[in-house]
Amino acid sequence: MLALTRGIMPTGLAALAGLQAVPLPGSPAAAAPTFDLHLPWQLLGALGPDLLLVVGAIGLMVWAAWRPESAGHQRRVGELSLWLVVATAAAVLAYAARHLTAEPGVIAVDAFRWAADLIFLVATFATIALSMDYNAREGITSGESHVLVLFATSGMMLLAAARDLMLVFLGIELMSIAVYVLAGLNRRSARSAEAALKYFLLGAFSTGFLLYGIALLYGATGSTTLTEIGDRIHQYGLGAAPLITVGLALLLVGFAFKVAAAPFHMWAPDVYEGAPTPITGYMAAAVKAAAFAAFIRIWVEAFPEVVYHWHNAIWFLAVLTMFVGNIVALVQRNIKRLLAYSSIAQAGYVLVAVVSGTTLGASAFLFYLAAYTLATMGAFAVVVALGDRGETNLDIDEYAGLWTTQPWLALAMSVCMLALLGFPVFGGLGFLAKWYMIQAALQAQYLGQPTPQVMLAVMIVLTSVISAGYYLRLVTIMFMRPRHPDRTTAALAVRPGALTESVVVVSVVLLLALGLVPAYLVNWSARSVPAITQRPVYVLPSAGSGTP
Amino acid sequence: MRDFLLSVGYDQWVLPTLLALPAVGAVVIWVAAAAMEPAAGTDGAGVGRAARMARGVALATFVVEFVLSAGLWWTFDPAMAGWQNAVTTSWIPSWGIHFAVGIDGLALVLILLTTFLMPLTVLGSWTSVREKVPTFYALMLVLTTGMLGVFVSLDLFLFYVMWEVMLIPMYFIIGIWGGERRIYASIKFFLYTFLGSLLMLVAILYVGFHVGDAHAGAPDFSYPNLLAHLSVTPLAARLLFGAFFLAFAVKVPMFPFHTWLPDAHVEAPTAGSVILAGIMLKMGTYGFLRFALPLFPSAALDPTIRSIVLVLAVIGILYGALVALVQPDFKKLVAYSSVSHLGFVMLGIFALTLQSVQGAILVMLNHGISTGALFLLIGMIYERTHTRMISAYGGIARAVPLFAAILTLVSLSSIGLPGTNGFVGEFLVLIGSFRSVPFFTLFATLGVIAAAAYLLWAIQRIIFNSLDKPQNAALRDLNWRELGLLAPLIVCILWLGVYPAPILRRTQQSAMTFVRQVEHGPPLRRLAAAPPPPPPRQPPLSAPGPRAQPTREGE
Repeated sequence: MLALTRGIMPTGLAALAGLQAVPLPGSPAAAAPTFDLHLPWQLLGALGPDLLLVVGAIGLMVWAAWRPESAGHQRRVGELSLWLVVATAAAVLAYAARHLTAEPGVIAVDAFRWAADLIFLVATFATIALSMDYNAREGITSGESHVLVLFATSGMMLLAAARDLMLVFLGIELMSIAVYVLAGLNRRSARSAEAALKYFLLGAFSTGFLLYGIALLYGATGSTTLTEIGDRIHQYGLGAAPLITVGLALLLVGFAFKVAAAPFHMWAPDVYEGAPTPITGYMAAAVKAAAFAAFIRIWVEAFPEVVYHWHNAIWFLAVLTMFVGNIVALVQRNIKRLLAYSSIAQAGYVLVAVVSGTTLGASAFLFYLAAYTLATMGAFAVVVALGDRGETNLDIDEYAGLWTTQPWLALAMSVCMLALLGFPVFGGLGFLAKWYMIQAALQAQYLGQPTPQVMLAVMIVLTSVISAGYYLRLVTIMFMRPRHPDRTTAALAVRPGALTESVVVVSVVLLLALGLVPAYLVNWSARSVPAITQRPVYVLPSAGSGTP
Repeated sequence: MRDFLLSVGYDQWVLPTLLALPAVGAVVIWVAAAAMEPAAGTDGAGVGRAARMARGVALATFVVEFVLSAGLWWTFDPAMAGWQNAVTTSWIPSWGIHFAVGIDGLALVLILLTTFLMPLTVLGSWTSVREKVPTFYALMLVLTTGMLGVFVSLDLFLFYVMWEVMLIPMYFIIGIWGGERRIYASIKFFLYTFLGSLLMLVAILYVGFHVGDAHAGAPDFSYPNLLAHLSVTPLAARLLFGAFFLAFAVKVPMFPFHTWLPDAHVEAPTAGSVILAGIMLKMGTYGFLRFALPLFPSAALDPTIRSIVLVLAVIGILYGALVALVQPDFKKLVAYSSVSHLGFVMLGIFALTLQSVQGAILVMLNHGISTGALFLLIGMIYERTHTRMISAYGGIARAVPLFAAILTLVSLSSIGLPGTNGFVGEFLVLIGSFRSVPFFTLFATLGVIAAAAYLLWAIQRIIFNSLDKPQNAALRDLNWRELGLLAPLIVCILWLGVYPAPILRRTQQSAMTFVRQVEHGPPLRRLAAAPPPPPPRQPPLSAPGPRAQPTREGE
């Protein structure tokens, strides 16, 4: 509480805004350099890692197109892309380590952004690594596929940074358009083309919602900058204004589409099934995470007061998503569809973080995302490892007796499934993520008042029990059913590519190790949040300072 | 002995070592087996070598565990209230989570039961487990870490983690090495337990944060702190008690939640059944004694809730016995008899007198020994005949006299014949309960008679009558390995039947603390018994050494 008085605003207003005032540990912000985003070169500086990735990706695209398509060239472009991802991650880490901050503006420079970026980059690295093996097997020779992943990732990084609705829109479009193409990457596959078309049509539709919502919000507040929207809503008491209500509803629909929350999830299973497997993993992990990151930032920065009117809507969205995702997943036979519904259900859990409306919710979100990304990429890596050309063996019965033929892959898949289920020790990080989520639900606050969402916590655990029905069924099939004699084991005896194997190993080892020694990750996610809420809405009483 | 052990710091390292050792053993087995077994699917010499290695490592680990834990018997100070051998280190500081372990008399008895039974189960499955041997023993070792962890945890987070850790190995043990309907049984087992435990998870989080909020600090999951500071509204206490109740009642299992038990016990391989019945069923009653009642005494003393639990306990006693009476499958009969025996434990716990609680602890121990022995015997005869149907036997006492003699003795102890261990526990429960809840005790007593009916009738049909099945005439009697593994159990049966005082002395303090904790709750003394007699003070075995005591009063 004391730390708040360091800022200009009175303590009471912070309580009114429903924000926990958590001081930055050791207050490094005071000493750290601050970007003034009104100066172009400082703005560029604030976008450093993003620019590195974009410029590198453009260079790679030119190089990819320079030489004729071939398997070798595809692989070389992939390798360079991996290095570019590593370089970007290093830049992000360097920025994060310096505790940089920024004046209020269109770009956020805070720990939340860097944390989200790191999660996207990990997912991107895994995706490109998997794609290199996958493309080789499927005979996809275009090196541009990796570059497209990089472009999508730069869109995500923009989403994590955006403090302006226009930038949010730009980020979503940059990400989505690249992913539309990626979904249809396998030109020989009709399903892939269907997935791309479906994704494109519905994605464009949802973007329309989003854009219309942004327009209405602009109409209501006269600004697209999150902080200014928040200021004006507070200043003029616009919380219940019709334009804001309708605008927010449309925004919510747009984001619910992107994260595949029920009832806006219909596209996800078909698209996930048709898209190339590494890209499916990418969509399930990173694309969803990016949309959520932007969503949480918008919610917390621009509409802390309006959230009070909206938490019931998101509450039901969360519960509905958990139930629909988990129940429908029970009857899936196709592994990719099963994982698609599983990821819908997981979106429901993540929505709990949004409902909770506290800084704890945002850190729970980051922690959950870290666990979810590892588990999802691990699971899809196993699917890639076990796939054959043309992806004909995606029925879950194909996994019967996997333990006898590929024991380590069966073990890895089980760990990922148990992580998604939220099981302690054997599921590693997954359990702690769910623990964090329940914690966030139980410590939810509205307008500074603690309102524990016990029912929501109970919903999380009840749907978790439902989810045991399918996560565990896969484990059961792999370990307890005998291998079907008709099914060929030849494909399964083949060793998957080295990159695929390393993605499997790294995700599983990280899941298990961080599950046993989570203290660092917990601190990291707890640290990576306060900046998002120490926002200049507090500057408000001194009337419009900062904007010329 | 005690002085020597304390001089090497035994009380400081024993509990973490007991937890770590099986996990290390499991990793050793897996790694060594992966190195020995050649390519997957080939059964060559490597597989056999790996199997022998796994058996040896597992047995050695369990024997070391038992020897290590046996020291607790001497270092344990029966007169001391509070936690002994406590060790606390920080785990996830910002969430208020510690790695905190420690024992009292109740935990001591259950730890010794666990480490005592585990080597016997390894010997019991020496020849009956033939496939994927290394994984089987590795899972047994992991399971042991989980079970011991449940008994020693003094942090609710750690407790929950350990509670779940038990689940996966048992799920695999049933599902991979089980009988015909093993997949159904294993999934049912998993889902029942998982559903119960997840609601407990919410309750644990709630109380942790509640204590944290009350002290305007970080959440705190340390059990001693919760015990000292937790105060919730009566409604919240009932709901929380309900969440804990569900988790533990499924595990016990109490009457309406018991349906997983016959499936799991019958389909599990012998080792699995022994562990399930001998140790894992005690988790539920342990949970009641340790967490559900002391943390929420107001809910536990609520007359309605208490009556419901007592009614369920009595139904469990009678229903389990009656269903056992009509089972054609001997293993299923023993499984249902567990429902009945655990009903006695629940009766003893909720009767809330010193004798009844001590009796309940003793029944937990005795049930572990007797039913464990019964499942081992069933496993031995099943290995020979590949049937568990009672009707397939008859008069086999002539073919396998040793087996018949031991089966009779063990059955008598399960019935509760005076002179065997079963008698002491049930008798204590009944006299203790009669003082506070005479009406329920009256019905519970019928369960003892029913136990005699179902078990005596069953052994009559199995080992007496006439030897009318020709294939049974050629049965081999017990070999040395089997005799050797049954001998310690028989010794325990007789020892506890004749001289249970050492156990009672060590559990008395726990039982008294438990009764006091529960009755200190909001005033509801209608059912309170006369104040328990003062414990016979044991002269301290030696000057109490420096002990680590968890006296953290909020951080």
